[in-house]
Amino acid sequence: MSDKSHDPNQMTGAAMIVRALIDHGVTDIFGYPGGAVLPIYDEIFQQSEVQHILVRHEQGAGHAAEGYARSTGKPGVALVTSGPGATNMVTPLTDALMDSIPLVCISGQVPTHLIGNDAFQECDTVGITRPCTKHNWLVRDVNDLAKVLHEAFYVATTGRPGPVLVDVPKDVQFATGTYHPPRKSDVHRSYAPRVKGDATQIRKAVALLANAKRPVIYSGGGVINSGPEATKLLRELVEVTGFPITSTLMGLGAYPASGKNWLGMLGMHGTYEANMSMHDCDVMLCVGARFDDRITGRVDAFSPGSKKIHIDIDPSSINKNIRVDVPIIGDCGNILGDILQVFKAEAKKPDIKAWWQQIAQWRARNSLYYRKSNDVILPQHAIQSLFEATRGRDTYITTEVGQHQMWAAQFYGFEEPHRWMTSGGLGTMGYGLPAAVGVQVAHPDSLVIDIAGDASVQMTMQEMSTAVQYELPIKIFILNNQYMGMVRQWQQLLHGNRLSHSYSEAMPDFVKLAEAYGGVGFQVHKPGDLDGAIQEMISVKRPVLFDCRVASLENCFPMIPSGKAHNEMLLPEQANDEATAKAFAGGKALV
Amino acid sequence: MNQPASAYFIEERHDPNETHTLAVLVQNEPGVLARVIGLFSGRGYNIESLTVSETEAQKHLSRITIVTTGTPMVIAQIKNQLDRMIPVYQVVDMTQTRRSIERELAMVKVRGQGEHRVEALRLADAFRARVIDATTESFVFEITGNTDKINQYIDLMRPLGLVEVSRTGVAAIGRGPEGM
Repeated sequence: MSDKSHDPNQMTGAAMIVRALIDHGVTDIFGYPGGAVLPIYDEIFQQSEVQHILVRHEQGAGHAAEGYARSTGKPGVALVTSGPGATNMVTPLTDALMDSIPLVCISGQVPTHLIGNDAFQECDTVGITRPCTKHNWLVRDVNDLAKVLHEAFYVATTGRPGPVLVDVPKDVQFATGTYHPPRKSDVHRSYAPRVKGDATQIRKAVALLANAKRPVIYSGGGVINSGPEATKLLRELVEVTGFPITSTLMGLGAYPASGKNWLGMLGMHGTYEANMSMHDCDVMLCVGARFDDRITGRVDAFSPGSKKIHIDIDPSSINKNIRVDVPIIGDCGNILGDILQVFKAEAKKPDIKAWWQQIAQWRARNSLYYRKSNDVILPQHAIQSLFEATRGRDTYITTEVGQHQMWAAQFYGFEEPHRWMTSGGLGTMGYGLPAAVGVQVAHPDSLVIDIAGDASVQMTMQEMSTAVQYELPIKIFILNNQYMGMVRQWQQLLHGNRLSHSYSEAMPDFVKLAEAYGGVGFQVHKPGDLDGAIQEMISVKRPVLFDCRVASLENCFPMIPSGKAHNEMLLPEQANDEATAKAFAGGKALV
Repeated sequence: MNQPASAYFIEERHDPNETHTLAVLVQNEPGVLARVIGLFSGRGYNIESLTVSETEAQKHLSRITIVTTGTPMVIAQIKNQLDRMIPVYQVVDMTQTRRSIERELAMVKVRGQGEHRVEALRLADAFRARVIDATTESFVFEITGNTDKINQYIDLMRPLGLVEVSRTGVAAIGRGPEGM
């Protein structure tokens, strides 16, 4: 052995990976071993600073890392092997890209000399994940590894956050090279996201806000990604201006649902008052949202009379779907601070009493109305009961994708950011259970509930085993209607009620399933039993599958039908008559 | 507005398409061209022409010149999407600056005898194309110019016995003393 063996920075590639994780403050990672990552697992075995959570499927590792990231503001880390390990990560990587979640995935690769040979468990990982990561790297030389790992963390967490992947061939993991701690020069000189907003644009924005008669603030996930300061400033801006505020699915919690200026969520299943305010406003302030098609409805009829201010850190979000008048590129916390400063110095609270009166009229339509029942549990009622039972507790909510997700967004009131983990952009069924695992790892003493649908939850059910192994007392609250509810709703509204393959004829016994995994099962049919069962669920300190049998044909309203504008919403009281059929171009009569 | 039954609003866009030439300065590293091309195919943008070569070897910089078409909103999107890629230093819309020169090089093989041969040479002279290979029954011409000029030349060679064409695609540079 040479003198180099005494140099603490001389180490194998595998050791560098663990060392880099420690240097970036990572305490928990999610992964699954395999041939091409065995050297890294060997290093993990010999240390105790980084805890490894063994999942049951790599997709679970990815979503768990997403839940971890979303609930902490720190990057989530996943470790997977080559070939199928990497391809199983494609869904979470895409999910994280769509929702701007910082994720660092380390994948093993076959040895360098075998790349391109169709070797066992080989796939073109960087090729496959190129369009579903913010950036990715294949490391061919162990001496590049430290730099790439540090850059990966930097890219994932700065600018518009997103997933990155580092592909490390097995021979690079074995090879010895020089490690260095993170330093500035590790990052591409071409990568420099803009943080500070343009002062002229900020003045223009303040001028618009100060003279608004019918303003609305429309905030999104960017506020939450920006950090606690952005949330604080957003709340202060609402206070200082007195403006109404709505939010996207991803942005829930930035402004408290109990706040007096809160309009509820906007968009396809948003409230009537939020969507009408968007349609009729004269000044719109969009903060960290991207005018997604679930938000805008028909784009040529989107908020036709308003001046639009758009704050976003990603220049490619500007004018992508909707042309805006005052784009401001930069970090929304930073820009909100500047706007507030200028507003306080030069403007005074505009008089918008008439606008609030108009909003009160829209509110009075009570667009989230549903008829209660004493015989059968309505899904909306189940969410409300869950909300009441967990109010004031230290609670985190994840969801799957579908009707239950929209009901959760409508009926669960979020008071703080980072408490709501949902798959917004990609709409990944099966996200919620593994995400809950990740959240619970980050917050071991908190109450973590996955509001689930019976169809979604079966896509990643295997992660119950992970929860049991690590004693993570996640609560899987299943709104079981035996349908893929949202698919069925669309089939009813748009496809002549032909319910093609949206009914699950063979439903597992979720209570037995929970017990089979070593968890606890509940089943509730009657509204009268619900509150007690929820209390019992909360008090159980083990993983729970809660089979909440709900009205099987309930649909999610209000709703903006496709091809319609914000002011053409379908409200619940209209939803079961001819109006529904008429509202949907090409739709057949409802049954 | 007869929308089909769909979860998506199907929009009809009527803005006219424009053709733009973009110069993209990138870090020359593995996969960078795949990223750029993947962006175009993944987001449904058009590539009319694409040229790439290392331009500053010491700094590992390559320059990609892309000719693309789209509505003004799509062109702006393309520029922003390119600009946010990690290894991209700079994106310049050479068409928007209105102060750029565009050139393309083509090699054109023509086969023929007698009057056709003479006519081909005459036209080559008029277009300032050079003969870079000749046999008793063929020529290979090298011609440089903007895309229109080369298209025109190729059209003229067609009846004279055009065999094949190899083109480099467009390279572009700004006029005046300033760099990009």
